[in-house]
Amino acid sequence: MRKSKKSIIISYVILIVMSVVDIAPFVWMVLSSFKSQQELFAYPPTFWPEEWHPENYVNAWNSGSISFGGMFLNTMKIVIPVVIIGVLVSSLAAYAFARINFKGRDKLFGLFLASMMVPFAVTLIPSFIMFRTLGWYDTFLPLIVPGCFGSAFAIFLLRQFFMTIPGELEEAARIDGCGRLRIWFQIFMPLSKPILATLTVFTFQGNYNDLMGPLIYLSDSSKFTVQLGLATFRGMFSTRYDLLMAGSVFCLLPILVIYIFAQKYFVSGIVMTGLKG
Amino acid sequence: MSVAAKKKTSHSIQRRDNIEGFLFTLPAVIGLFVFILIPIIASIGLSFTKWDLITDIEFIGIKNYVELFQDEIFLTSLLNTLKWVVLYIPLGLTLSFILALAMDMPVKGIGVFRTIFYLPYVSPILVIALLFTWIYNTDFGILNYMLNEIGLPSVPWISDGNLAIFSICLMSVWKGAGYNMLIFLAALQGIPDSLYEAADLDGITAFQKVIYIKIPLITPSLYYVMIMAVISAFQVFNEIYIMTSGGPGYATYTMSYYLWSNAFSYNRFGYACAMAIIMFIIILAVSLFQTQFLGKKVQYDL
Repeated sequence: MRKSKKSIIISYVILIVMSVVDIAPFVWMVLSSFKSQQELFAYPPTFWPEEWHPENYVNAWNSGSISFGGMFLNTMKIVIPVVIIGVLVSSLAAYAFARINFKGRDKLFGLFLASMMVPFAVTLIPSFIMFRTLGWYDTFLPLIVPGCFGSAFAIFLLRQFFMTIPGELEEAARIDGCGRLRIWFQIFMPLSKPILATLTVFTFQGNYNDLMGPLIYLSDSSKFTVQLGLATFRGMFSTRYDLLMAGSVFCLLPILVIYIFAQKYFVSGIVMTGLKG
Repeated sequence: MSVAAKKKTSHSIQRRDNIEGFLFTLPAVIGLFVFILIPIIASIGLSFTKWDLITDIEFIGIKNYVELFQDEIFLTSLLNTLKWVVLYIPLGLTLSFILALAMDMPVKGIGVFRTIFYLPYVSPILVIALLFTWIYNTDFGILNYMLNEIGLPSVPWISDGNLAIFSICLMSVWKGAGYNMLIFLAALQGIPDSLYEAADLDGITAFQKVIYIKIPLITPSLYYVMIMAVISAFQVFNEIYIMTSGGPGYATYTMSYYLWSNAFSYNRFGYACAMAIIMFIIILAVSLFQTQFLGKKVQYDL
């Protein structure tokens, strides 16, 4: 018993130290965002702002070539269709992989799984050339369209979940003359709300945080997303850490809010991938 | 129903299944072909050409590949990428594993710790990288101030060529620790208590429990995490792009970063594709090696 007490104390020490290490940079970011430019470059550095400068936020909001409001709007125009259509398409395929015994099913599913290992660099240039040829450069389309065709990760996760839904439900519906499309939409989808929520937050996070996509495909500043906008902002004000930190807080806030409210969905998704991968 | 009729029905059911399976997966399959499989083949094709997307495409055989292996910057990038992988994997996995072990103990406030540990992972890499550029700042960064306070000299975290890749990697380890921790924790919590009880009777220490029970029983998760972490470590790009742009000099050029510069700064699309193919081959080889040599040691059943 004494021994396990010792290991519990050690565990607390590890957890608390790591918590501090995890939280401190964020605290520093928020505190820095309220300081004046002079104070940020003062030595020794101050912990609490000597004078609070909330106007940093107003300045950051409007100082870029596009306001943060505009960036948020652009980001939503990309993220919302990808989340809705992408999750639906993935779910449709996942239903087939879980429940329909069609020819070549396992090979096709294997192909999807293998595609998760393909480095982005291999598809990057041909995709760029394709979208440019289509005249989609400097539009949202290259950032929206691929995501709307679903993702192997989502298909994998949904398939795992669909396989746990008891077959009797489906049998009963089929005897009542229910077609597969209806079974999918009216039985499987409503039963899968938790996993659909997980995928929604994952897809949202992945697309919201994407920097490289917008970096490659967008050039007109009126179309910038939050990530690209902040990156460009940094190029304009490379040493204005007051504005950069305030801008970073803007950029972080939507993810933070979603994370806090939908935390259990983030966690359950990862747990499922790990255990069944 | 006659045998023949039954056969016919099951045949038509199979036919129906085939058609429905095809239709249900069709949108996703189109996506798979158009955005992944065809581009892979196109990349292979383009890697044998010289093309800036403006002048005519020119077939040059294996010239790109020959040039790559004489290209000092590419070799540096390759070396830096390997350095990154060799640093990131042991550091990242050990930290995640230690955190998971601590979380698996009967401690209070698991929910709060989990929220905190996972926070850096969900945050945009851009925000984290900008923040650490400021924290790592040699003259005004808080990190050096703290070092000075305890009597240590300032460290040129990301402005020194030898140190930069290490510092950026440390940030990435910090950012990613919570993700793998969750996977390890789920696996640890799946170990039945009966195993520990039996071990307790034998009077083994907590350390022995980790070595002889916990690690062997979570090898499937370890293995999964390792493969995925290695694949993503080989592709490191964002941190480099944001924090150092490959500098100082070429000290933090990684394969992805050099590839990206070739494509989108120098318009050398064929050359960049050749680099992508090399990267793909390396990742495939390493993954295959892991499946062949580590996979056999994985214990799946209790």
